Amino acid sequence: MRQTWGPDLEDISHLKHTPLNALHLSLGARMVPFAGYDMPVQYPDGVLKEHLHTRAAAGLFDVSHMGQIVVRPKSGRIGDAALALEKLVPVDILGLAEGRQRYGLFTNDEGGILDDLMITNRGDHLFLVVNAACKEADFEHLKKGLGDTCDVRMLDDRALVALQGPRAEAVLCELWADVASMRFMDVAEADLHDVSCIISRSGYTGEDGFEISIPVQSAVDVTQRLLEHPDVMPIGLGARDSLRLEAGLCLYGNDIDTGTTPVEAALEWAIQKSRRSGGDRAGGFPGAERILSEFANGAKRRRVGLKPEGRAPVRGGAKVFADAEGKMAVGTVTSGGFGPSVDSPVAMGYVDAAQAGNGTRLYAEVRGKYLPLVVTSMPFVKQTYKR
Amino acid sequence: MLKFTEEHEWLKIEGDVATVGITEHAAGQLGDLVFVELPEAGASFAKGDSAATVESVKAASDVYCPLDGEIVEVNQAIVDDPSLVNSDPQGAAWFFKLKLADPSAANALLDEAAYKELVA
Repeated sequence: MRQTWGPDLEDISHLKHTPLNALHLSLGARMVPFAGYDMPVQYPDGVLKEHLHTRAAAGLFDVSHMGQIVVRPKSGRIGDAALALEKLVPVDILGLAEGRQRYGLFTNDEGGILDDLMITNRGDHLFLVVNAACKEADFEHLKKGLGDTCDVRMLDDRALVALQGPRAEAVLCELWADVASMRFMDVAEADLHDVSCIISRSGYTGEDGFEISIPVQSAVDVTQRLLEHPDVMPIGLGARDSLRLEAGLCLYGNDIDTGTTPVEAALEWAIQKSRRSGGDRAGGFPGAERILSEFANGAKRRRVGLKPEGRAPVRGGAKVFADAEGKMAVGTVTSGGFGPSVDSPVAMGYVDAAQAGNGTRLYAEVRGKYLPLVVTSMPFVKQTYKR
Repeated sequence: MLKFTEEHEWLKIEGDVATVGITEHAAGQLGDLVFVELPEAGASFAKGDSAATVESVKAASDVYCPLDGEIVEVNQAIVDDPSLVNSDPQGAAWFFKLKLADPSAANALLDEAAYKELVA
């Protein structure tokens, strides 16, 4: 038998640790290298139970490896920071109200995606959360693009945890009752156990939930207290991946990268009307020409949900064909695995536009066989965001 | 006779037929299994060939044929319920029965004490 995961023992010595590393070890986590960090892939209960617990109650994730960046306008006017950031993202930032968060993308001149991120208007500054593997590059990109008008600072003194699932609101309400009035993508500052935290009603599991930015010196204490709640279980990266896949959410580096455009990736919803052709501030972001042309004419290929008909999981990297003999290649699976909540395999990937219609039957090559799968709208599970 | 491979298969050898499965250690490392693919009865494999596949939520792993031989029976129960491999890996959740081309080749495999030392 070949073991497919487990840390490469020669590599782990130079991995970075999040402020919660010792806590993970004390909880019996199995650790793996991820984006340069030593991260928990699962705890003793295992990926399946962790996944189902998050959908049924509440799961707590350490996402401190992600980058937290503050963009502060030198003029003191938030609109100046918003307009400056709009030069790098095809997103309406000027229209983002104080205390609100929005999903965004850094694009490059070819229309490819450099990273995906969350952007919050915090009144006098913008607060960004970016992917771990991209955070240094994003920081340099921001300094280069916005340095004249804004101070750009990476926060390395804060941890970030995500509390996700239908019981997340009730758990947090015990610490701060006002959390119940927050809507999806609201952001507020509040004391949890006398620690000043920044709380957003968001996450990346398809569930209602919260991301909580905590000063590093209090990170272990606040996290431990959240874990003491009987509804809360620690969840590793294994279940984070299966949860986001069922929710139809892209993982940067797998499903989107510098070779995919927002339209190919079916992320048009992240580009508001004001930035599209005919909008108040149309274009003006890297790759606008290609991206806006794809809005008008469609892209040659498209990210779609793919539901294998059998029980065999179809993993990322599998080639997709229009026929069961593997003659007509039409795309590639970018993420695939088993969806514990739907009790069947689930996948997503890119296929030629002609094959992207819901209900189209395609075939994925797995160990020399061509397994049938059907183009299916995502998410695979019902989203429960509190809008 | 009970034998083990360094790749975490166990073999219970009776005459010239070996019942083959994956060890408790391997099942624990893999985590919850959600899919098992077994070979067809009648297929022949050489030692080290991939004979079966197990998949957890996250990853697929190959199960190697531990010796040269022909598959004479497979365990449909673990295909129907892959979680059996987690709950009883060295009992009810055997994978296949292998008619050995050369039963004496089993002598080169690990015995239980040596395997326990390997995974200790």
